[in-house]
Amino acid sequence: MTTTEKSAPPRAQPSDSQAPLVVSGLNKSFGSQKVLQGVDLTADRGQTVVVLGRSGTGKSVLLKLIVGLQRPDSGSIRINGQEITGLDMDGLNEIRKKIGFLFQQAALYDSLTVEENVAFPLNRHTTLPDAERKEKVRALLASVGMEHDLSKMPADISGGMQKRVGLARALALDPEILLFDEPTSGLDPITSTEIGELIVKLKKERDLTSIVVTHDVHGAKSFADRFVLLREGKVVVDGTFPQLEQSSDPFVVEFLKDAA
Amino acid sequence: MPVDLINTIWNGLVTFFEWFGNLGLFCGRVVRATFGKPWEGREFIRQMDAIGSKSFPLVALAGAATGVVLSLQTRDSLTRFGAKAMLPAVIIFSLIKESGPVITALIVSGRVGAGIGAELGSMRVTEQIDAMEVSAVNPYKFLASTRVLACLLMLPLLTLAADGSGIVLGWISATLSEPMTFRLFLHSGLKNATLSDFLPPTFKTAIFGLIIGLVSCFQGMRTSGGTAGVGRSATSSVVLSSLFIILADVILVRFIQVFFPS
Repeated sequence: MTTTEKSAPPRAQPSDSQAPLVVSGLNKSFGSQKVLQGVDLTADRGQTVVVLGRSGTGKSVLLKLIVGLQRPDSGSIRINGQEITGLDMDGLNEIRKKIGFLFQQAALYDSLTVEENVAFPLNRHTTLPDAERKEKVRALLASVGMEHDLSKMPADISGGMQKRVGLARALALDPEILLFDEPTSGLDPITSTEIGELIVKLKKERDLTSIVVTHDVHGAKSFADRFVLLREGKVVVDGTFPQLEQSSDPFVVEFLKDAA
Repeated sequence: MPVDLINTIWNGLVTFFEWFGNLGLFCGRVVRATFGKPWEGREFIRQMDAIGSKSFPLVALAGAATGVVLSLQTRDSLTRFGAKAMLPAVIIFSLIKESGPVITALIVSGRVGAGIGAELGSMRVTEQIDAMEVSAVNPYKFLASTRVLACLLMLPLLTLAADGSGIVLGWISATLSEPMTFRLFLHSGLKNATLSDFLPPTFKTAIFGLIIGLVSCFQGMRTSGGTAGVGRSATSSVVLSSLFIILADVILVRFIQVFFPS
């Protein structure tokens, strides 16, 4: 019993064979510290799964394992049915083109302008003519409300704007899966809501499969299809928000109370 | 107490060999990345400008100062031994065979090594290198290989600049004491010179460039520990590359003596 709490009411299980992302039995340790212990997670096409948990429970590590930035000790990660844990760099890079990643601090290249940041993946992986590439970059930035700041440097825009640009860059290669690492951390409530609305908009427009790591439980309700709660590297609950609320597990109750 | 001492020594040795092992793996990745497509031409040219053109004034100034100092210092000694006529040869040979290459390498190691260590370190701690990997771009190619190649190619050119400015300023300094045309100065200095006096010492700086590029990129890309870590990477890039340049110089001087005798 790892993915669904014993006492949780029945729910529609994702169909693994169709799922773009299937993680099973994932283990990861750093030295003697076990960060993830047998984590299972499945995300269906177009589904947004929110991963919750206290700081240091392995949420960000889970995202880094999914995108191949770190290697798991054991377990399986399948993207569109393809096992990625044993892939070499070239194989991994092919998979990465199908995945977008929004980093916690946006991770924009600080020597490049906003426009160049978004163009960076396009310049390397597409053969679009210059004019079309520029048009695509402008369209991507327009979709996140940043079309007027093309020539600004990342240091000259706010944290919320940096996240928008990071999101535009993550969407540049038209990914099928989008990973968000704390998309609203460090932002004011209004900007957090705007980012949440962007996630909903993307979900509707692009039918993206998303994994969102966040502490913002109530903000996540607006875009989440399922919630996965981690505790000490293990999945405690995997279900909808009502299922999370109905849980009698003391940790879940305490977590939701503190998050309120 | 002896057990603690043994443990400390053992841990130190393990760290030492681990560092070299990781450096070896890093070099392997950079070499593999260098010889595969896509070619990062634009970034390579940007790095040649950042490493070469922007180091030029500093290197030329250091070379000029060395030329003047050599001229001032050796004039007295040569006069004392009745060999004042050898002054142009001493200045030119000292600059081209040793002072120029080593001073250029140490100057570039300070300016460029610290810059690379800090820039890549900052990119590492702000997850920009991770972002690059996630975009399916090989950071060993885009960041490391371009910088290493630029260092390797720019060092010999910068050395020529340092040698040139040193010779000119050495001549000016010498001619202020005892007027002499530049043509005569060069003719006197290069009278018995052969190509093997000049080419190997200039091209050995490519090895120095390789050391600066590899060590600085390695230290930068393995940065951890936030902004303090970035500072440590910048410092260690300069210290380690300077140290390896001096050690490599000892080996290369002997190598040149054996394989390129004058």
